[in-house]
Amino acid sequence: MSVLLRTEGVHKSYGGVRALDTCTIEVGEGTVAGLIGPNGSGKTTLFNVITGYAKADAGQVYLADRRITNIAPDKVFALGIGRTFQLTRIFPSLTVMENMLVASQHSRSGARKRAMEQLEFVGIAGYHASLAGTLSYGQRKLLELAYVLVADPTIVLLDEPAGGVNLSLVNQIAARIRELNAAGKTFLIVEHNMEFVMGLCHQVTVLDSGTVVATGPPDIVRTDRRVLDAYLGEDIEEAEEDSGEADDGASQ
Amino acid sequence: MASPKILSRFSGLTGLRLAGIVVLLAGALAFPVLFPNPVLTNYGVFALIFVAVASAWNFFSGFSGYISLGNAVFFGSGAYALGIAARDWHVTGIGVFALLPLSAAVGALIAVPFGLIALRVRRHTFIVITIAVFFIFQLMAYNFSFTGGTTGLDAPFLPWAAQTYNNPFYYIALGCAVGAIVLSWLIRRSRFGLQLRAIRDDEDRARGLGVRAMRVKLSAFVLSGAVTGLVGGVWFFYLTQVQPPSGFDPLFDLSVVLMAFLGGLGTVSGPVLGALIIEPGQLYLTANTNGYISEILLGSLFLVAVLLMPRGIIPTGGEYIRRLTTRGRAAIPAAVPASQRAPASPGLRSDEGATREGDAGEGEGEAGGARRQAGKAL
Amino acid sequence: MAREIYQAIVDGILVGGVYALMAVGLTLIFGVLDIINIAQGVMVILGAYLSYELAARLNLDLFLGLLITVPAMFVIGVVIQWAFIRPLRGRERTSMTLLVSYAVALIIEGILYQTFGADDRQLSAWYVTSSVHVFGFYLPYIYLFGFALAVVLVAALYVLLYRTGFGRSVRATMQDETAARLVGINISRVAAITFGIGVAVTAAGGMVYGATNSFNPNSGYDLISRLLAIIILGGLGSIGGALVASVFMITLESVVDIWQPEWAIVVFYAALVLVLLIRPTGFFGRKAIRAQ
Repeated sequence: MSVLLRTEGVHKSYGGVRALDTCTIEVGEGTVAGLIGPNGSGKTTLFNVITGYAKADAGQVYLADRRITNIAPDKVFALGIGRTFQLTRIFPSLTVMENMLVASQHSRSGARKRAMEQLEFVGIAGYHASLAGTLSYGQRKLLELAYVLVADPTIVLLDEPAGGVNLSLVNQIAARIRELNAAGKTFLIVEHNMEFVMGLCHQVTVLDSGTVVATGPPDIVRTDRRVLDAYLGEDIEEAEEDSGEADDGASQ
Repeated sequence: MASPKILSRFSGLTGLRLAGIVVLLAGALAFPVLFPNPVLTNYGVFALIFVAVASAWNFFSGFSGYISLGNAVFFGSGAYALGIAARDWHVTGIGVFALLPLSAAVGALIAVPFGLIALRVRRHTFIVITIAVFFIFQLMAYNFSFTGGTTGLDAPFLPWAAQTYNNPFYYIALGCAVGAIVLSWLIRRSRFGLQLRAIRDDEDRARGLGVRAMRVKLSAFVLSGAVTGLVGGVWFFYLTQVQPPSGFDPLFDLSVVLMAFLGGLGTVSGPVLGALIIEPGQLYLTANTNGYISEILLGSLFLVAVLLMPRGIIPTGGEYIRRLTTRGRAAIPAAVPASQRAPASPGLRSDEGATREGDAGEGEGEAGGARRQAGKAL
Repeated sequence: MAREIYQAIVDGILVGGVYALMAVGLTLIFGVLDIINIAQGVMVILGAYLSYELAARLNLDLFLGLLITVPAMFVIGVVIQWAFIRPLRGRERTSMTLLVSYAVALIIEGILYQTFGADDRQLSAWYVTSSVHVFGFYLPYIYLFGFALAVVLVAALYVLLYRTGFGRSVRATMQDETAARLVGINISRVAAITFGIGVAVTAAGGMVYGATNSFNPNSGYDLISRLLAIIILGGLGSIGGALVASVFMITLESVVDIWQPEWAIVVFYAALVLVLLIRPTGFFGRKAIRAQ
C-alpha cells in the first residue's frame, strides 16, 4: 500500500507558541487514518498547514510524490484534497444546492445531478432549496461533508466530523465514511470521540504538543504508555466512555 | 414576438413576474409620450441614470459584500473623458454620442488598477481605499489643467428643441438602465454570480473550494466600472457640463448605496426600486427646499430604513407576502431518507426558482418555518 | 531651504499630534466595536462649533471650554451608539454600521448648516495668532498647547486602557468579544462608553482644529478622509499605530507642501495606497484583523 499523504518534519509557531514540532505523519492510500491528541496538540494546525491555510515554518508536505508545501488553498483543493472545518463553514445566504454548486464548479455538465446525488447520500436532499443559514448544526455538518465530496477528492480531511452531534447522526456519518472508503477514498480524521476513531480507523496517529507520540493500529495505540501520558494520565478507556456519554445527550 | 411559453422557459420567469416586467417596460417606454412636460422627463432621466448606477454598484458591491464608496470615480471619469475627447477631437453635434463607448472603456480601464490595489485587502480597508481613491480623483480634477480645473468642462452644443430636448436622453438613459438590470440579472443567475455571493459569505472558504477570488472580484468590479463610466458620459452630455464637485460628488456614492440598500442588497430589483424612490425624492427636495434640509432628510430616511428594514424593501416585502400566503401550511417537508425520497426532477425545477432575485427573502421565510418544524428531526 | 524643511517637519509633528488625538478615538472605536465611524469628521467640526459658541457667548477660554464640550460630546456619542448602532445585527453589520454613521454625519452636517450657515469661521484667542521664537523656528502657541493637550489626553487614554478595570474590559473586548462576554463583561456598556470616549476626544481635537483652520459644516469630509487614511495606515485598532501614522502623514504632507501645495494632499493618499500595497494591514495592524 502506497503512501498518499505525507508530512515531514513540519514546524509551525504562532508567536512564541510552538504549535507543531517536527511533525511527521503518513496516510496510506485507501485507508481511514485517525489523528487524535489532547486539546491544543496541534491537530487542526496540521490540517491548516496541509491544506494551505497556514504556512509551515519548516518541513514538507507531500501528496503521493508531489511536494505541496505552502501552496494556496485553492490549488490544494484542485489537487484533490478536500477538507472540513472544526467550526462548520457553509455559505449561509446561499441555498443548499447553491452551496454544492460552488464546490462543483469544475464539472460543469451534470453538476446539479452530482450535487443532488451527494445530498441524497448524506440525507439532506429535501432541503436543497432552503437557505443554508437555516439548517441546524447537524445538517450543516452534513452539508459541509457533501460539498467537500462533490468535487470527488482523492483524500478527505475531516476535522471533528462527530463533534457536537447526536449519536444517530454520528453513526450515519461513520457509515458514509465506510462506504466511501470501500469505494477507494482515503480519509484523515481528527476526532475526540474515541469510539468513533477506534471503530473506523485503520491507523491512528497521536499528537501531543505538536509532535507525534505514537502511531499504529487502534488497538496497539490505545494501550501505548506514551499515549496515556499524553492525555494527562487519564485512562484512555475512561476518556472514551466520557465522550460516548456526552454525545448521546448532545443537543444542537 | 416570442411566445410567452418560450420566453418563460428561457428566462426562468413565469406568469405574474413576466407580465409585470412587460407592463413596466411598456410604461417606461410610453412615459415621455404620456408626460411630455420637460420637468417630468427630467425626473425620468435622472431616475433612470441612477437605476443604472445603483444596479451597477449592486452587482459588484451588493453581491460580493465589498462596499465601494468610490464608484463616483468611474462616473466622473466617464464624464471627464467625454469632455476631453469632444474638446480635443473637435466632435460636435450628434456625433458626440458615438463617443459613449469611450466613457465605458475609461471606466473599465480605471477599474483594473483600482481593483488590483483595493481588492487585495479586507473589507473594512477596502471601503476606506475607495474613499481615498475618490478624493484623489476629485483632487486631480481640480489640479490638472486638461480637466479645466475648477471651471470644469463643457459638452458640445446640441441644437435640439427645448421642449423635447430631454426625450432622446430619456431613451438613452432607459437603454442604460435596462442594460444594467439585465446584466445584473444575468450575473445573479450565473456561476460567476454564485461565486461572488460565496465570496460574500465566506471568502476564505470559497477560495478553499477553488474559487479564484481575485479574478471574480476584479471582473465584477471592472464591469461595474464600465457601466458606471458609460452612464457618467450620458449624464455629462445631458447636463452639458462637469466640474470637480459635481463629477466627483461625495454624496453620489452614499445615495447609490442607500438606494441599493433600501431596495435590498444582492437582489436585482432592489436597487431599481431604491433608485426610483430616492432619486426623484432627492431632486424634488433640492429644488424645493434649501439643500441642507434634503441632507437631513436623506440621512434620517436612511436611519429609519436600516433600523426598520435591515434587509431592504424587496426581501422584507417578499417575506411579508410569503408569510401571508403560506399561513398555516408547512412550507418545506422535513428531510426524508433517501430510500423514501421523491424523484429528483421536481426538486430541480423549484431549485431554479430559488436562484431568482427576491427569493433570498422568500426562501428564508419558508425555510425558517420549515426549520422550526423539522429542526427537531435531526 | 533646509530651514524651510525643518520648519515643515516641526509643524508636521505638532499638527500631527492633534490629528493623532482624533485618529486615536477613531481607531479605538474600530478596535472595540468593529465599526468605522464615518461621522468622526463631522463630530470634530461639531466640537469646533461648540467651542466657538462657548467662546462667543460666554467668553470662555477655549481650553476651559473643553471642560464643557468634552463631556457633552461624550454624552452625544453614547446616545448615538445606543440609539443607532447597538440595534444593528446580522451579517451585514459592517456595511450597515458604516452607512448608519455616514447617515448620522449627514444629519449633523445638515443641522450645522441650518444653525450656523455656510460661512467660514475660526476660533480665536491670544495664543492662536502669536508664536514663540525658538532656535530660529516659529512655534505658534496654539500648536504647542494643542500638542501638549494631545499628549495629555493620549496618556490619559493609555492609563485608562492599561491601568483600570474598565480598560481591561475594553482590551478584552477588542481581542475576543465572545470570550469577553463569557467572563461576564458587559459588552453593551463597554461599547457605548468606548464610543463616547472616541467621540469625546474629538471635542478636544475639534477645538484645536477650529483654532488652526477656518472651518464650515462641509469641512468634515476632508477631515474624515484624512483620519481614515491615517488609521488604515497605522493599522485598524492600533492606538500606537494611529499616533505614528498621524505624525508621519501630516509631516509628509507638510514637507511636500513646500514644493507643491496642491499636490501635498494627493501625496497623502498616495502614501496610503503605496503602503497598503506593501503591507496590507498597515504599520502595526494585526495580520488577520477580524473574521469578516
